[in-house]
Amino acid sequence: MTMIMTNSSRTSSSFTLPPPAPLLSGAGWGAFLLALIVVCAVAPALNLLVPVDSVLHLSDYAVALIGKIMCYAIVALAMDLIWGYTGILSLGHGLFFALGGYVMGMYLMRQIGRDGNYKSDLPDFMVFLDWKALPWHWALSDSFVATLLLIVLVPGLVALVFGFFAFRSRIKGVYFSIITQAMTFAAMLLFFRNETGFGGNNGFTDFKRILGLPIATPSMRMTLFVLTGLTLLGFFLMARWLIRSKFGRVLQAIRDAESRVMFSGYNPLPYKLTIWTLSAVMCGVAGALYVPQVGIINPSEMSTAASIEMAVWAAVGGRATLIGPVIGAFIVNGAKSWLTVTAPEFWLYFLGALFIAVTLYLPHGVVGLVKKIREGGAK
Amino acid sequence: MAALESGKNNTESGGRTAGFGRVMVPGEVDVSHGRILYLEDVSVSFDGFKAINKLSLDIAPGELRCIIGPNGAGKTTMMDIITGKTRPDEGKVFFGSTIDLLRYREAEIAQLGIGRKFQKPTVFEHLTVFENLELALKTHKGVRASMFFKLDSAQKDRLAEVLHTIHLADAVSRLSGNLSHGQKQWLEIGMLLMQDPKLLLLDEPVAGMTDEETARTAELFLTLKGKHSLMVVEHDMSFIRTISDIVTVLCDGSVLAQGTLDQVQADERVIEVYLGR
Repeated sequence: MTMIMTNSSRTSSSFTLPPPAPLLSGAGWGAFLLALIVVCAVAPALNLLVPVDSVLHLSDYAVALIGKIMCYAIVALAMDLIWGYTGILSLGHGLFFALGGYVMGMYLMRQIGRDGNYKSDLPDFMVFLDWKALPWHWALSDSFVATLLLIVLVPGLVALVFGFFAFRSRIKGVYFSIITQAMTFAAMLLFFRNETGFGGNNGFTDFKRILGLPIATPSMRMTLFVLTGLTLLGFFLMARWLIRSKFGRVLQAIRDAESRVMFSGYNPLPYKLTIWTLSAVMCGVAGALYVPQVGIINPSEMSTAASIEMAVWAAVGGRATLIGPVIGAFIVNGAKSWLTVTAPEFWLYFLGALFIAVTLYLPHGVVGLVKKIREGGAK
Repeated sequence: MAALESGKNNTESGGRTAGFGRVMVPGEVDVSHGRILYLEDVSVSFDGFKAINKLSLDIAPGELRCIIGPNGAGKTTMMDIITGKTRPDEGKVFFGSTIDLLRYREAEIAQLGIGRKFQKPTVFEHLTVFENLELALKTHKGVRASMFFKLDSAQKDRLAEVLHTIHLADAVSRLSGNLSHGQKQWLEIGMLLMQDPKLLLLDEPVAGMTDEETARTAELFLTLKGKHSLMVVEHDMSFIRTISDIVTVLCDGSVLAQGTLDQVQADERVIEVYLGR
């Protein structure tokens, strides 16, 4: 005993442990501030103030597209927390996205008021179905405050209950992925049915107002755009803070060697449940921001392909990097909006090829590639 | 048990103050009966195969016990049972004389003070050596505690001390996935030390180590003996000769022989299971 211990206590005083990592590096804060300025000042100015015929004008189409992609980027960030860092591949994040979207959609449907085609207090599709009153689950949909709460609570509670039973039963790996996929598919079938009161396969659309203000004006579009950008940046900082805490390291430890985590005295269940539920809530918020900007929500958001695409964004950008999946969401969806216009029939082939290529040649995604090139250049 | 202690003391209560019973202190392992780990008639079978068969074994506080036995003797399964990974079909497993380990799950058993090193070195490959040790540190291990966790100076000293003990002070910021096999073994042992367990279960701790590393490991284990109780499963007989007092030989899921290494090596039955008929 004596030899080793005295030896170590003599040297330990002169020995320094590595300091904790900063929330963002200097360059990271620079990029963060730049993004903040672009979202809050540059984009609004280029869209609203610069005349339409100027080269610098940011078109309404571009604002809508970037706003939509920022919603997807929030989803990709959520995906990175649960998949990249915790090693749990969810193919059910489309459900949480849709749940947030539907909660917002119900509020927007109520905001239409009597301006619908049938001039009724009820949403058009209910009049069409010859319903006389709102179903019970629409009870709170006229309150904006309740809507904001439900955007967080509905996906959060669904994730919490589902996650509790799945993680308690120690369902892992591909089995977990399949179950989340099945759950999402079941929900899609449920939402497709007219009698469940979610507008069937048409979903909700033809929104007119939000908080009593017209929804299709340039300033409202820009407001939603800025709000989405701020949400994305806020979630990014929160994710950074979580990942560089010991909590984040326990998540990575669960991913790499879960049994070692347990034998180190940690119960993985509350850890998995926390990050899983948080990830679902982030998706719900993204969905709620998405619906007023895109103007429609329908069950196709819960399709198998939609959830798989979310995983592709994270993989393309680079898992377990936080910034990677955000970049991945922009790359893949940018390519999608371009390809679906120029060659719509090739989009799915492109997506499949992209996933295979990334898996084979870029296991660490675009961020990994950039890192590799930089390190190569440094040598 | 009373008979065991009556040699030292002739009072009916075995030397303790009579009449008041004993106070159970939460978090304290009661070793007043001279046993930190106690297995009685434990059996478990997988698909009809009896991996553990009426196994009874006990370990004294501060003891360093070596376990040997041919492949399939049930050594790893026994550790699985003690650490809560496998439920036995029958039998008793007690930590001290009051804690029934069969009522707890893996993480709780680790918190009670049983540390375990796996046969294959298992460290968190994408974390640095420092982060690996910090994770293992004995502290509150709930979600909120982890989110707001900060090392205090006593914990930093402890971490530095363990880093030196396992000879990884120079590798503190390296990813543990890049360490050599022997270094990973050491890191895992270091993680056990950070947990400050009362009982350490070590499954083939020197497998894949160089002779020098093995010698250092033996030295380390001998320093731990007395302060901690250790159960070491090994195949390396010269390593066992260096560290062992009592060796238990397992075969077909139960104890075949027990004694000093020389005694068990001279035992006819042990020679038979190792060399075959």
